[in-house]
Amino acid sequence: MSAGTIAAAPSRAVSAKHVGIAGVALAAIAWFITLPPFLVRTPVPSVILGLAAMLAGALALQAGETRLGWVDLVLGTLAIAGAFASSKSGVGHLKTVFVWSALVAAMLRYATPLLFAALGGIICERSGVINIGLEGMMLMGCYFGIFGADVLGSWVLGLVVAAVAGGLLALVHAVFSIHLRANQVVSGTGINFLALGITGYFFTAHYGPNGTPTKISTVPNVKLPLIQHVGFFGQAIGDANLMTWLGLALVPALALFLFRTRWGLRLRAVGEKPRAADTVGLPVLRIRYLAVIASGMFAALGGAYLSVAFVGSFTPNMTEGKGFIALAAVIFGRWRPGLALVATLLFGFSEAMADRLPTFSGTLATLFQALPYVLTLVAVAGLIGASRPPAASGIPYVKE
Amino acid sequence: MSSGIPDRDIIEEGGAEPGEEEALEASLTSPARLTAYLRRGGVTVPILTTLIAFLVAGIVVLLTGHDPLSTYSAIFKGTGLNWLFPWVSGAERTTAALELQQTLIQTTALILVGLAVAFAFRAGLFNIGGQGQYTMGAIVAVWVGSSLSGLPAFIHIVLAIALAALAGAAWAGIAGILKAVAGVHEVISTIMLNWVAIWLGVYLFQLGGPLQDPSQSSVPVSKTVAASAKLPVFWGPAALQGLDIGIFIALACVVVFAIIINRTRLGYEIRAVGFNPDAASYAGMNVRRNYVRVMLICGAFAGVAAAMDILGWKFSLFTNDIQLSQIGFLGIAVALLGRNTAGGVVAAALLFGALLTGTSQRNLDPTVFDPNLAQYLTFMIQGLVVLLVSTDVIALRVLRGGRGIAVGLRRPRGPKPTSTEESAT
Repeated sequence: MSAGTIAAAPSRAVSAKHVGIAGVALAAIAWFITLPPFLVRTPVPSVILGLAAMLAGALALQAGETRLGWVDLVLGTLAIAGAFASSKSGVGHLKTVFVWSALVAAMLRYATPLLFAALGGIICERSGVINIGLEGMMLMGCYFGIFGADVLGSWVLGLVVAAVAGGLLALVHAVFSIHLRANQVVSGTGINFLALGITGYFFTAHYGPNGTPTKISTVPNVKLPLIQHVGFFGQAIGDANLMTWLGLALVPALALFLFRTRWGLRLRAVGEKPRAADTVGLPVLRIRYLAVIASGMFAALGGAYLSVAFVGSFTPNMTEGKGFIALAAVIFGRWRPGLALVATLLFGFSEAMADRLPTFSGTLATLFQALPYVLTLVAVAGLIGASRPPAASGIPYVKE
Repeated sequence: MSSGIPDRDIIEEGGAEPGEEEALEASLTSPARLTAYLRRGGVTVPILTTLIAFLVAGIVVLLTGHDPLSTYSAIFKGTGLNWLFPWVSGAERTTAALELQQTLIQTTALILVGLAVAFAFRAGLFNIGGQGQYTMGAIVAVWVGSSLSGLPAFIHIVLAIALAALAGAAWAGIAGILKAVAGVHEVISTIMLNWVAIWLGVYLFQLGGPLQDPSQSSVPVSKTVAASAKLPVFWGPAALQGLDIGIFIALACVVVFAIIINRTRLGYEIRAVGFNPDAASYAGMNVRRNYVRVMLICGAFAGVAAAMDILGWKFSLFTNDIQLSQIGFLGIAVALLGRNTAGGVVAAALLFGALLTGTSQRNLDPTVFDPNLAQYLTFMIQGLVVLLVSTDVIALRVLRGGRGIAVGLRRPRGPKPTSTEESAT
């Protein structure tokens, strides 16, 4: 995917990079051995490994690999702290919380809505339009998905209705930010308000205080015939939701589309250099319209996952900031589908941990909910490497 | 650059688009451009915008089987603004007074969060983080207000407000420093900080949280503010949430805002940096330091807003409240509709404050329109206002009988190779 990095990297930097990556691995091992199934009950080996990770970081720093070097130093410290924490807590607790297969399953559940919305966000921002309105578009899918599934009696049609609703709201964003050249951040803020109002209004008007009915057609889970009963994998991925698989499949599809097809190139050209794209005859505004609408449909599918697949009901403002986490994943993932997947998995994992950590301390677990936002702040501050947005994002295009 | 939004609208080859945009310099920041357009629109455009938003929401009401006129008149009655009519008398006047007090209580905080956003706009920054700054201010206000109960009232109140302002300022300052040092776009950082603040607040006051009220162990709420830290009520009965002196503090902040912007060296620098950072830098101003100072002041306004709410009428902070509050985002609507000016912010805050009160469970007559629905009608109107206000320039063109809405698409290709990238707002 990243052709530029291969071409430019001199050989010395590569070796420093290897040292840095080794540091990350050392830090991970340092913490991992204190958890199930290994459960090393003394922090000593972890401290040694953690210090080795920090040493690797220092070496990498000296060799000019600042980014990974700092990551190593931070991770090494965290690993030592984590090792002390786990060696202090009871084996029973550790075994209840760190059921890896269940954690992976929960991570996938939490990551799925984020993944859809993040992929939508990537399409939109790659075309040069900022999408703060992902949250609102998700919310539209969330309500209209379950509304469609309820009224039309099938989750497939529910998802279709959700995508249409999200696409329509995205169309509003498109008209305002592309055609009317409104400020895209302001327009996105308006979109979020509008979605909150529309979904809440129609939910209250249609369902009233009783809420959505309990028997609604929901997206089924996929029971993998061979893997389903195979220990770890069975519990982790043997019974995942259909939409989870769909989302995972969309990642390479979108990556291929963006970086290997003519239309992907056009989309990126419009986001990077609309003037040049226009000069060679590309319909800049039309491509941006399509991208924004597609992003709304993706985000709405993510929202629909919440209501039609995950929970099976709707409550007003159900997305509760998930759209903003997806936005964080777009930035954290540097506008690339693969990295965005990594980001959504990371954020999904932190939510899964927040679910399970109450075994130790009910209160501290809440702070895990803030982790995606803190990590994104750290990422944009350049500590995990500069992430560069599409050059023309946020700038309305005016054809001469 | 390290975030999704460009600091500057890049314009290639210098040429400006013919027409109205010509007067604006090429290297303006996009918030500055927006500010310039907003100000050019005068009072007409915000009023027109509001009318259109209410009209569209009215159509929604009509389509869902209600009478928009009676709905709006019930909402208007709920705002208590009919108290201003001299012919309203007797019991109706008493009720109207109570309702107007509610409207003004809401207006107080809205003015302050509006200032927090408007001040940033004037400096060419987007403060989407009013929500987080407000939350931090509320946490500190409720903590100081409920813990130091031995203090004399005046000192306690001043201390609580000052520390809340500091908390908001510090939170916003993080975004300012990130922008100054690492070039992080403030939209991204303030959005992230919002959610960090919200989860921090939930952590502190949740069941078993470090600051949860020990006397109500099953309710996720903070301790209640001590009597010495409550703002005095000067209109209406305190037991029924009469109007506290917060409104005067908010108005004083409006004056401070106007003086800083228009009459001080700091304000001049802020506006200069907001309008054109390069020119300001060339003129010897420290652009980076200005970013930090602006965010600090914005955060302080938002922190005071929270203090007014906590010390004036809420007195405690529920985790639910922290998670559901939209006030920081409302501040964006207030600032934009108020054209980022002192007077405009007050007027827009009054409008939204009235809308919130008029559609509340407490004040809207449920026989006319379900308050549960009305609450969402409010969100719709806010969304429409924000959307429409952001395209002021279009409304202007329509007003002047210009070339219609679709200028961007319809303009024919000119022979000269002028710019193709241009920001309108």
